[in-house]
Amino acid sequence: MTAIASPERRATRHLDVAGLAQAGACALMAVVVTALLFAISPLDGTLGFGLVAYALFLTAYAGVLTLTIGPLKRNDCLATVIIASVALLTFVPLVLILGFVVLKGVPGLTNAFFTQTMETVGPLDPPDVGGARHAIVGTLQQVGIAVLISVPFGVLTAVFLSEFAGRRVARVIRFLVDAMSGIPSIVAGLFIYTLFVLRLGHGFSGLNAGLALSVLMLPTVTRTAEEVLALVPGSLREAALALGAPDWRMVVRVVLPTARTGLITAVVLGVARVAGETAPLLMTALGSDGMNTNPFEGQQSSLPLFVFKLIRNPLEGQVTRAWAGALVLIAIVLVLFTVARLAAARLRRETR
Amino acid sequence: MSGGGARAFDVVELRDRGSAQPEPRVIHQSHTTPDRAFRALTAAAGWATLVVLALIALFLVNEARPAVEVAGWDFLKVWEWQPGNEPPAFGIAAVLYGTVVIATIAIVLAVPVAVATALFVSEYLPRRISRTLTTLIDLLAAIPSLIYGMWGLFFLVPKLAGLERWLDAHLGFVPIFDNETGLFGRSMFDAGVVLALMIIPIIATVSREVMSQTPRVLCEAALALGGTRLGMIRKVILPFSRPGIIGGSMLGLGRALGETIAVALVLSVDFRIFPEITQTGGSTVAALIANNFGEAGELERHALIAAGLALFVITLVVNMVARLIVSKAAKGSEFDR
Amino acid sequence: MTDMSEIASLEARLAVAGDVPGASGGRLEARDVSAWFGKRLVLANVDLTMEPGHVTALIGPSGCGKSTFLRTLNRMHELVHGAAIGGEIFLDGVDIYGPAASPATTRRRIGMVFQKPNPFPTMSIADNVLSGLKLSRIKRTDAGDIVERSLTRAGLWREVKDRLKTPGGDLSGGQQQRLCIARALAIEPEVLLMDEPCSALDPGSTRRVEETIEEISHQVTVVIVTHNMQQALRVSDRCAFFLADENEPGRIVEAGSTTQLFTNPRDSRTEDYVNGRFG
Repeated sequence: MTAIASPERRATRHLDVAGLAQAGACALMAVVVTALLFAISPLDGTLGFGLVAYALFLTAYAGVLTLTIGPLKRNDCLATVIIASVALLTFVPLVLILGFVVLKGVPGLTNAFFTQTMETVGPLDPPDVGGARHAIVGTLQQVGIAVLISVPFGVLTAVFLSEFAGRRVARVIRFLVDAMSGIPSIVAGLFIYTLFVLRLGHGFSGLNAGLALSVLMLPTVTRTAEEVLALVPGSLREAALALGAPDWRMVVRVVLPTARTGLITAVVLGVARVAGETAPLLMTALGSDGMNTNPFEGQQSSLPLFVFKLIRNPLEGQVTRAWAGALVLIAIVLVLFTVARLAAARLRRETR
Repeated sequence: MSGGGARAFDVVELRDRGSAQPEPRVIHQSHTTPDRAFRALTAAAGWATLVVLALIALFLVNEARPAVEVAGWDFLKVWEWQPGNEPPAFGIAAVLYGTVVIATIAIVLAVPVAVATALFVSEYLPRRISRTLTTLIDLLAAIPSLIYGMWGLFFLVPKLAGLERWLDAHLGFVPIFDNETGLFGRSMFDAGVVLALMIIPIIATVSREVMSQTPRVLCEAALALGGTRLGMIRKVILPFSRPGIIGGSMLGLGRALGETIAVALVLSVDFRIFPEITQTGGSTVAALIANNFGEAGELERHALIAAGLALFVITLVVNMVARLIVSKAAKGSEFDR
Repeated sequence: MTDMSEIASLEARLAVAGDVPGASGGRLEARDVSAWFGKRLVLANVDLTMEPGHVTALIGPSGCGKSTFLRTLNRMHELVHGAAIGGEIFLDGVDIYGPAASPATTRRRIGMVFQKPNPFPTMSIADNVLSGLKLSRIKRTDAGDIVERSLTRAGLWREVKDRLKTPGGDLSGGQQQRLCIARALAIEPEVLLMDEPCSALDPGSTRRVEETIEEISHQVTVVIVTHNMQQALRVSDRCAFFLADENEPGRIVEAGSTTQLFTNPRDSRTEDYVNGRFG
């Protein structure tokens, strides 16, 4: 008996070595010519070099392609190269920004940065005196308040939209939530200012900042929570109802627990959105140099305010502190972002 | 068969209905109190959104009124900002101009790059790399605007100065590139570039989502006829995605119009209106509010709130139109959103 | 093709059961029941009595309203947007759609097992069994006994008694379905509705489920929708044959004892169906 051989896979995409070599040759030639050009003419600058070399490369490559594979496929190849290079432009800033912040911020990450405030610091003091402890506390408190307000609101609204609202009412409210997500952050700050600081006479406080942040956070939480609740299979709702559960118990005991991971993602995404917001804080918490652990009274600093205030200072020490603050801020946002992604990936695996 | 006498069940006579039509009955939804309370609670949360939006509009209008009463329609025409003067003269014409110019620069630069990125990620890459890059795009969107502003000011502005000088030297016959003051950097152009970087992720994400909803049958039809990938993109994907791309671009526009901190850092704030975008100076509505609010006197505070109200209305309209376009685009496809 | 030996065993069972004295369970009577989805009438003029101590099977080709009818019996039909019913359904003499009865209380007395098993994924096996009690706020102190009893009745106890704390979603398809049956039985309903409970299961699990049905038929009135005629023969002693003509709502063509429907049907359409000529 001859054994039946298992079928062999064939590759349908072959690596076009010749084509790559062509492109590489054109690129090399373009760079060399540009270098020569720049050496003999008054042109200068990295940006200019890059643009000229790119233009030369495209022209040369277009010519080579026309000669080898004809005009129709040449357009396709050229388009691929152009689209790819333009698309990569999007990702270059990511590296540049992160790298720059790390470069500028690390020198400021002294021990004092995390343990001291700016209260007793003079403008000429070096970065190892004084720090952002008050700012970090402020951020934690203000974001915490925003979470406490917007998460119940957002989840309840999401429950309303996915379980109880009729189709027309749901569309109206979703429209309103979308409208809310488009509010410029400074307008949110102005609103809290006019309502709480002016009209109700509260004065500047961390609470007001938290309120402004919750206005910005609410749409994100609501929308993500609604998407997550829609993922809960209808069969689970039916099972709960068939056991004689009233609607609210079905939601609270079955739907929400099943959507738990996704709801956490919604919250984390919301927090990531508002952790770096500066504009609304300018008119609600105002910022301060010293520690204020009471969010209900008195001006309070926060990490974005700390950074914003110091970055425009002409003195180098202050600027270093600002960059350190920026580094911490971006680290927080990155961590939150990663947590949200991992949770979303786990959610996708669970509901499969 | 079964023992015992015939039971009623064994001999079922199907009652002759004749032509009696069945009638639906009204069912009373008897909800218990906790049920009704819970429903009311969630409904209250839902409608609270409307309440908050209404409150925002109400309070802004209220606090803006004193300033608008003083300035009247000039508020939109005057381009000085001196509310402390006697008589006070202030208007948002200059900042509106700056807002629009910078946003336009941002859109002009961002849309091609974002669309190319969306195309690249959705059509040219294998799935795993595509998903990684999508995550990177989302990461770009998550970076706070403060960081973009700081990086723009300290890293990008010096680098762009060279480009601006070149534009003035070689394309100076075009009025917007002409720069007579010799001052380059921290210009509307710089702010536009930074904003462009900020809104590229938004436009790219929306565009990518819309492109991925192109019915595969149409794409395959184009390829099956022997077309190239470029042909499929030009003839199928782009026309199909166009409303979505426009909608996404408008969402990006809305973001650019309302952006405060990045602009406040990058721009060297100045009140004149001038078309030369490479020239130092300029301002936007949001940057005006951010920079002046701390030390504003009473009338100026009202004026700034009025400016904020104007910004709110503009961004609201742009966003709403954008969402309408995107939702109509989604409806146009055969798949559910 | 109906198996004569199966019919013979059925007859033997009925001869022993007689009038089923001492059978508990509720008496469900459907009178002139119709059902709409929006404007479309999908079920018309259904009269059926489902008596305690008996297992009633609803048979017929797909799309004839069997499942819809089943869902009117525990007020699940009205959950669909735009759905409506006509007629009355009496549980022990009280109309379940009347003002005196609420959907939740009705569903506590008339339980349901669905076609695809749907245990709650975030709960353990034990919590799944008890979930009906928690969701209906029935207070019981003998939780452990209830778990063991319900799982035993569902034929699952021996397989899971050592891992009651593991998640309900970790079981195989057949085990999940038996878990759902245990969950439904834990609240001690008077009627149990089963919507093609074995259609997604392997033959071994199917057999276990059918054994369960037989064991509980004394305490719980069972109404089961099934596509499988052999199964109808095996488990039920009453049968109702549903049929819908093209563009017409579903109706009961014939109802009677299972033996009679399969060996001596009165209507020619019934005869065609049970002999496999269509459906």
